[in-house]
Amino acid sequence: MGKLWLICIASISILLPFLCNAFSPETPTDRRVLVLLDDFAIMSSHSLYFNALKSRGFDLEFKLADDPKIALQRYGQYLYDALILFCPSVERFGGSIDVAAIVNFVDSGHDLIVAADVNASDLIREVGTECGVDFDEDPSAMVIDHIGYAVSGTEGDHTLIASDDFIKSDVILGGKKIEAPILFRGIGHAVSPANSLVLKVLSASPSAYSANPKSKLSTPPPLTGSAISLVSIVQARNNARLLITGSLSMFSNRFFRSGVQKARSQTKHEKSGNEQFLTEISKWIFHERGHLKAVNVKHHRVGETDEPALYRINDELEYAVEIYEWSGTSWEPYVANDVQLQFYMMSPYVLKTLSSDKKGLYSTSFKVPDVYGVFQFKVEHQKLGYTSLSLSKQIPVRPYRHNEYERFIPAAYPYYGAAFSMMAGFFIFSFAHLYSK
Amino acid sequence: MATMPASASDLLKSFKLKTKQQELLIRVSILCLVYILAFITRLFSVLRYESMIHEFDPYFNYRTTLYLTENGFYDFWNWFDYESWYPLGRIVGGTLYPGLMVTAVLIYRILRFLRFAVHIREVCVLTAPFFASNTTLVAYFFGKEIWDSGAGLVAAILIAVCPGYISRSVAGSYDNEGVAIFALLFTFYVFVKAVNTGSLAWSLASAFGYFYMVSAWGGYVFIINLIPLYVLVLLITGRYSMRLYVAYNCMYILGMLLAMQIRFVGFQHVQSGEHMAAMGVFFLMQVFYFLDWVKHMLSDTKLFQAFLRITVTSAVAVGGIALGLGMVSGYISPWTGRFYSLLDPTYAKDHIPIIASVSEHQPTAWSSFMFDFHILLFLFPAGLYFCFKRLSDATIFIVMYGLTSMYFAGVMVRLILVATPAVCLISAIAVSTTVKNLTVLLRSKNKVVQTGSTKGSGGSKSSSKALLDQSQPFQKNGAIALLFGAFYLLSRYATHCTWVTSEAYSSPSIVLAARGAHGNRVIFDDYREAYFWLRQNTPQDAKVMSWWDYGYQITAMGNRTVIVDNNTWNNTHIATVGRAMSSYEDEAIEIIRSLDVDYVLVVFGGVTGYSSDDINKFLWMVRIGGGVFPVIKEPDYLVNGEYRVDKGAAPKMLNCLMYKLCYYRFGEMMTEYGKPPGYDRARGVEIGNKDVKLEHLEEAFTTSNWIVRIYRVKPANNRWWLNRYKFG
Repeated sequence: MGKLWLICIASISILLPFLCNAFSPETPTDRRVLVLLDDFAIMSSHSLYFNALKSRGFDLEFKLADDPKIALQRYGQYLYDALILFCPSVERFGGSIDVAAIVNFVDSGHDLIVAADVNASDLIREVGTECGVDFDEDPSAMVIDHIGYAVSGTEGDHTLIASDDFIKSDVILGGKKIEAPILFRGIGHAVSPANSLVLKVLSASPSAYSANPKSKLSTPPPLTGSAISLVSIVQARNNARLLITGSLSMFSNRFFRSGVQKARSQTKHEKSGNEQFLTEISKWIFHERGHLKAVNVKHHRVGETDEPALYRINDELEYAVEIYEWSGTSWEPYVANDVQLQFYMMSPYVLKTLSSDKKGLYSTSFKVPDVYGVFQFKVEHQKLGYTSLSLSKQIPVRPYRHNEYERFIPAAYPYYGAAFSMMAGFFIFSFAHLYSK
Repeated sequence: MATMPASASDLLKSFKLKTKQQELLIRVSILCLVYILAFITRLFSVLRYESMIHEFDPYFNYRTTLYLTENGFYDFWNWFDYESWYPLGRIVGGTLYPGLMVTAVLIYRILRFLRFAVHIREVCVLTAPFFASNTTLVAYFFGKEIWDSGAGLVAAILIAVCPGYISRSVAGSYDNEGVAIFALLFTFYVFVKAVNTGSLAWSLASAFGYFYMVSAWGGYVFIINLIPLYVLVLLITGRYSMRLYVAYNCMYILGMLLAMQIRFVGFQHVQSGEHMAAMGVFFLMQVFYFLDWVKHMLSDTKLFQAFLRITVTSAVAVGGIALGLGMVSGYISPWTGRFYSLLDPTYAKDHIPIIASVSEHQPTAWSSFMFDFHILLFLFPAGLYFCFKRLSDATIFIVMYGLTSMYFAGVMVRLILVATPAVCLISAIAVSTTVKNLTVLLRSKNKVVQTGSTKGSGGSKSSSKALLDQSQPFQKNGAIALLFGAFYLLSRYATHCTWVTSEAYSSPSIVLAARGAHGNRVIFDDYREAYFWLRQNTPQDAKVMSWWDYGYQITAMGNRTVIVDNNTWNNTHIATVGRAMSSYEDEAIEIIRSLDVDYVLVVFGGVTGYSSDDINKFLWMVRIGGGVFPVIKEPDYLVNGEYRVDKGAAPKMLNCLMYKLCYYRFGEMMTEYGKPPGYDRARGVEIGNKDVKLEHLEEAFTTSNWIVRIYRVKPANNRWWLNRYKFG
């Protein structure tokens, strides 16, 4: 049984067995990143973004998307830890890569950044659909916002949007507030309502809609208002992280450097928020932030140290687990006051908030309920931005043995008395009956 | 037995034995032969297949026996089994009748002590035949007690080969009934002996016999109701005696105290409605005794009559009020569904589908009476006639035992087993008396003629004597003819019994045999193949969901945790599994996930034509599931009240989980020459949904003849999370 529990613990952070070349559970930050481009000009036009990644120690490998030599894995092992698709117009990947290969890549616990753009190919849309977002089907549609557009000298069709409707999460966007709005030009997408793993990080304003700016609107646009997501993230069950956006240009040096002034707003920012926003979010995507691990799950009876194979009803027990957060370079204690433990058999019989010692150790003690069965210690910690922790450890709870009940109970003394007086009386009666003449 | 060598040496000395010795020699040798016969006639299955445990329940018994041998009695007594009824678990020690296991382990220990290096499995396989042999001895003594030793011998022979008993006691059928019939008959025999002698010792023995019966089988309820009924009948017919008083009181009080030591019975013995009859009769007995004493003291009959009336009325009233109060306050539990279904055969069908779904709980067909009893069916009424002709306390008992158990045998197929000893005993009385009368006639003929001729005097008498003389040849010939007829019938009986044993009752049902195209025997060992696969290829703590029939086998042979098993104690849990099997896949997967199921196992006979598969059991799953969860409705699975799996089947039927799991990839398979692909041989139709796609489950293993199919539950989609599980 001990082995099984070890397996359970091992399965906490990363589930699938393709660990060998992916990020290891010990150092979850990605190292080797494959960047697929439509043409190599993007290397220079988006160099600020790439340099920011390189400066953080990532090993970027640039390839053309239709390069026949590209491959994600060799001999069953993945060559990269993460993939960036900056190739919105590619119709067919070169080499052995296709949508299924990308999906498998993600399902093996690797990260992905997808940037689509106007006239995005069906292939890129399909990748989006697999990840739970639907790009506007009209190939030439763009997100238009006649109120929330960015003031610019040249353009008048209001497709350059300045948005500041961020998700409220310090884990995803970093502790520093993003002051300037984000410049965005591209297609919008909707988050699939059936999928609650997808999160909108940057939404369009309520006045936005998605349509072809060149033609007149004849039918109501399919995507309107804040249902339009500009940037979305997905954290898969195996904690692979995905970023999907409909704008490649928002990563570009031009957008990074340009100033931004939102329409009807007096404040003019010297620099758009793009650089800060995308850098911070890339830290999240590449597991430099918000990655938890739980180790040393321990439980035992109060006063003992060894883990029993099963408990008895009404036992007092102690449970402890250590939770750490990856800071990008080292494991730091995770501090929270809302980690809960369930003692679970079809429904939680005990639900307790674990108390933390601020050094990563979470512990509690409780009494096993007066119900026997196969229970589980369950910690389901799913907090926005953090990798989901789900620990479960099976433990049977047995009833009392026949000799574990109280031997003499006061309520039974009349019965003991009755039994013994009966015996004595019978003896005396028999004696008197047999020998009295 | 000690007389044997003595008589043998006498034989050597003089070749001339006294009649009594001769008779004893014959009797003992017949009994020895019967003892051996009863054992060896049950060995067909071992010779045909191998020394293995049969069917479903015996696997649980075997597993617990193994646990008992390995861990000792106290661990067994307190065993909490978390591998069955996940996640509820089962207190095995407190929910079984330990008699069988303890007996087997005792035999095992004795054999070990005698330096026989047997495996516990061999002991388990041969326990039932061994006890069947012992039953023949008890039958002999019982027959001797109620009639004479001739009837006892015949009863021993009849019961040794009677198919009704063999069906539950062949080698490998390691079930409670195997030892329980022995215990049942032994208890009855000793009790009748106690009533006949009024001996406290015999009564004590019957209390211990009862204790053994309680420890072995739930059928002990039959004893604790039949004996009070018998006592009541004796009281009513004015056969109350001191012997009866001693026998019943001792047996009831001690038997009750002993029975309460079995954890599964415990306080039920004084609290449940099924046991109240015995208690009522016990108190009635005291009233009778008291009245007897008052009658003895009072000389005035009129006064006594008045007293009698008052006493009886008040006693009955007090008893009735006590029972009513107990019922209302809940101290006395009402009768269980099983008990009701015994008294009213239609009860289970309407109220408890889980009892009605078991094939051995069906009402008995006439043919199976004929199959199991053969000539005993005719001899039984004849025996009753003889019993009524020579009414005594003992014959009243056997008559009552015979009549009540015959009624129960009509209600449930499996209770033929309980009726078998009574039928054998009563038939033995018929056979023995008839044969005895006939032989007496044959032998005494000369004497009658002689005495007739010497003592004949007077006109009218001589004419009658002449008539008698005239009738003699016919009588003699008739007797000879009847004797031959009787022996012919008995020999037919022996032939029939052997044939039934070898053909019908000796298949282990875990290994299936069929005749191939060329008359050769084909063995389907798919069950064990599947269980072995589970044992070797799945994680130690994997949970397997299947219909409850296979639960015991999966835990015993596959060593994996099951959701439900043959101990059908929790109807809701079974209904949950039934609901999962009869829902659409995406609804079922939620139930499956909520039960942490890793594998789903179904039994499918469409390829081999094996008819007792899950598709044929499916309607019961729907009924049992629908009994608890009204979203499952039986009419959804039927078309015009008809159950079918072909193109005309109900849409829900064609898309429910059970259908999909059974017929997955079946649509592309050719099962029989000249039939379209996807032809189901068990039901003789082409299936309706050939394009079965599974979303959340994947095929993990299918046995060589497709009888057992195992599916793995896929993990939840990595990138998709259905909205209902949204966190927040």
